[in-house]
Amino acid sequence: MAETLIPKIATPATTLTAAKTGTPLIEIENLSLYYGAAKALKDISLKLEEKVVTAFIGPSGCGKSTLLRCLNRMNDLIDNVRIDGAIKIGSHDIYAANVDVIELRKRVGMVFQKSNPFPKSIYENVAYGLRLHGFQSKSELDGTVEQSLRNAALWDEVKDRLHSSALGLSGGQQQRLCIARAIAIKPEIILMDEPASALDPIATTRIEELILELKKDFTIVIVTHNMQQAARISNYTAFFYIGELVEFDVTAKIFTNPAKKQTEDYVTGRFG
Amino acid sequence: MSKVQSRHFRAEKFDFWSFFFSGLTGLATLFILGILATILLNIIVNGWSAISWHFVSTIPKKDFFDANTTGVLPMIVGTSFRVIVMTIFVIPVGVITAIYLTEYAPNTSIITRIIRAAVNNLAGVPSIVFGLFGLGFFINFAGKNLDLLLHNANAVWGQPALIWASLTLAVMTLPVVIVATEESLKAIPPGLREASLALGATKLETILRIVLPQALPGIMTGGILAVSRAAGEVAPILFTGVAYYMASLPAHLSDQFMDLGYHVFVLSTQSPNIEQTRPILYATVLVLLLLTFALNFVAILIRARVRKKLRALG
Amino acid sequence: MGIHRGHQARPVEWLAEKFIFFVSLSAILMVLLIFLFVAREALPVFFGQTNTALVQKPIPPDEMDKHSPAELQAYLELTPDEFAKTERKTLRALMDVKLEAQDDIPEDFRNDPDARINTTEWKYLLQSHQWNGYDKPEYIWQPVGQIKKFNIIPLFVGTLKVTLIGLLFAVPLAVGAAIYVSQLARPRLRETLKPAIELLSGIPSVVVGFFALIVMATVLQSLFHYQTRLNAFVAGLALGFAVIPVIFSIAEDALTSVPRTYTQAALALGASRWQTAWQIVLPAALPGVFAATVLGFGRAIGETMIVLMVCSASVMSWSIFDSARSITTTIAAEMAEAVNGGPHYRILFLLGALLFGATFVSNMIGDFVIHRFKQKLEGKR
Repeated sequence: MAETLIPKIATPATTLTAAKTGTPLIEIENLSLYYGAAKALKDISLKLEEKVVTAFIGPSGCGKSTLLRCLNRMNDLIDNVRIDGAIKIGSHDIYAANVDVIELRKRVGMVFQKSNPFPKSIYENVAYGLRLHGFQSKSELDGTVEQSLRNAALWDEVKDRLHSSALGLSGGQQQRLCIARAIAIKPEIILMDEPASALDPIATTRIEELILELKKDFTIVIVTHNMQQAARISNYTAFFYIGELVEFDVTAKIFTNPAKKQTEDYVTGRFG
Repeated sequence: MSKVQSRHFRAEKFDFWSFFFSGLTGLATLFILGILATILLNIIVNGWSAISWHFVSTIPKKDFFDANTTGVLPMIVGTSFRVIVMTIFVIPVGVITAIYLTEYAPNTSIITRIIRAAVNNLAGVPSIVFGLFGLGFFINFAGKNLDLLLHNANAVWGQPALIWASLTLAVMTLPVVIVATEESLKAIPPGLREASLALGATKLETILRIVLPQALPGIMTGGILAVSRAAGEVAPILFTGVAYYMASLPAHLSDQFMDLGYHVFVLSTQSPNIEQTRPILYATVLVLLLLTFALNFVAILIRARVRKKLRALG
Repeated sequence: MGIHRGHQARPVEWLAEKFIFFVSLSAILMVLLIFLFVAREALPVFFGQTNTALVQKPIPPDEMDKHSPAELQAYLELTPDEFAKTERKTLRALMDVKLEAQDDIPEDFRNDPDARINTTEWKYLLQSHQWNGYDKPEYIWQPVGQIKKFNIIPLFVGTLKVTLIGLLFAVPLAVGAAIYVSQLARPRLRETLKPAIELLSGIPSVVVGFFALIVMATVLQSLFHYQTRLNAFVAGLALGFAVIPVIFSIAEDALTSVPRTYTQAALALGASRWQTAWQIVLPAALPGVFAATVLGFGRAIGETMIVLMVCSASVMSWSIFDSARSITTTIAAEMAEAVNGGPHYRILFLLGALLFGATFVSNMIGDFVIHRFKQKLEGKR
């Protein structure tokens, strides 16, 4: 418990730059994104490693959420969005013409800012994705639902009311349910869009503990407004400002000795 | 200091115009409610004494102006039949159109705007024009051609029939269903759709498993509103299926039928002796009103709920 | 990662999407079909292919070839389709029948100039004509009898008369109530009043017509002591009942959608609730109120059963205490007796097409005004 309150800084083994060490799972190459004529992301290149937590930080409107939503192509749902450049996940270009977006989203899960459980029972929320992807047998479903809820540190709180409505849960519980729902279908990457911004400090702590636990099995990309949170949970941090990637490095370096003046101003709270 | 205080507490000056106009608009409201109450009370009071089990369960003889022997069973059956058949056609088409408009259609595309304009216009077409359309299209075109194909040009479908009246009403009530369904689809938080899509559900799966179950009350409201609108309509069925008198209940889609609303029209304008017909006239009107009002009331209740939800989101 | 499967992998999804798209086009299809099929039945009148002249200059069957096909077709009262399908021999037989029919015309009409008139020509549909036995030109709608008179002007006058009475009665009441409900009533009262007034739209028009016929007509006659018990005034008032909820709903919606910041600014400056409503909200919502009136007009000219039940004699008169016959009433009352495909039938469809056109235009105007109004409020213009 105490450990999580101290900023968790990346271990010395990974204190080199990201690209040079572990295998990059996600490669963003010269990515630009337009809403109609407005350019929201400007020529971003970034390599993200497997099974680590990467945080995107920056002031509102800097494009960090937009970039996150590019990674599972949720931006496809918005009219008038155009993309230049490429994103490769495990060396597959996810914007190639023959990509099945459905398959992509199965492998790149997402947790949203506002918890959005379905108006169904707790059990059905977790089982929803499983059923979509062909799991039918009850024992299989039961097992995976329990395992997912355990992994999301929610099992003990809900095991007696699995079949009551998910909307009866508290905000923090709902968000953990959404995490359980996302991990149930075993994605490789989990995108988190300010998952704790609507929660109280205790619930936030629990989510953060959970994220640290989950990075053993998943690659996590998290957008956050909260710099302490980024410092506590992430291995790498990318700082964005008005659609541009200003700096990307090991979290400890970003927060203690950033290369750019803009980054320093932001992390020390001088603007944003 | 004291002067300021006393000014502060002085009663508002009596403003004649404010009083006058507030009173006038209030009176307008009261007057409308008065009309409503008068119509309803007049019908309920006069109708209640004339209504009986015998009346609603009897198939009348040819002379249905006789207060002692007449009944409205065939009219109740006819009206119910035609709205049920109508519902079967209008709900799927209306719901699917609403799904297209809210879930698939790009907001800015020309085709979407044309669909919306068409829906709006359809809502404003006079009911008698629907009647002409039913006669010109369903009976004289579709029906006649069906007969040519299936019945050696013997008139089976090429004449007024239950199915044509129902289809005409379905076209008429299509906007009602579309608008109500759209409203309830829009009330569903976009976050739910995103959550489902982010789990790798296809659009269709998201609509079938998440969106539609949530929209069900709205769809029901649309259906009920359409039914209550159609139940009292007479003009569109005048040339498309209603019969002045039938000795038996309608049994086939190609049969004609008797109808409550049309019967009210017949009783009030064709009666040889209006004083004698008055009680059964009132009773028939009451039966019609009970049917449409009960439906309307349910629809308004459900709609209020959906609206509240919508407002909570906005 | 195996994400390369492409959309071809989901044919059901693709099919469903196409299916949904095509079903959603049905609203457009229906509007087109309505226009097409109502207009189709009316077209022969439009192009002068109907002929009601009782005495026609007979064409002897032997002279068949001296006339153009178009002339023959009009003479035999056939549609182009029918004419094309009919064999020459049958055409000749039809011409014989036509010739014999001329002999059956009663002696009286032989020398009547009116009997030689094709009353479905535009001239007779729209202009007054001095018919035999009348001492001045008149507008007459009289579709029965030997010489059928189809002047549609009395029906226009009747429709306008009843509609204007209805609107004059309904607009002030409905807009007044809309102002009261949206601006002056307390929220809780508002929540009750609004559905109550909208309940009025749930009363079927045949019931409103019945009420006007059985109750209102008698009460109003004893109040105003006019001659004809069933007249345009009664019909107009009853019509007003039917359009009040339409106008009320749209006007109330427009008044409510005026941003609260406007009213709060006015109230903060010390304006009374009434002053705010009258000087700030109503002017801002005026386009919406106008649209409500236009849409109410569209609804009123299309209303059938009320006018049909309350007054139906077609007389050319602007007096509100005379009877009036509207376009809708005429269609509803006469379609049953009109011969399918005959001139009367076609003219009734022509009336329907005109009605459709009129409501189409008023709906377009109403919707356009509301659209502009909402955009303006949202600051898009």
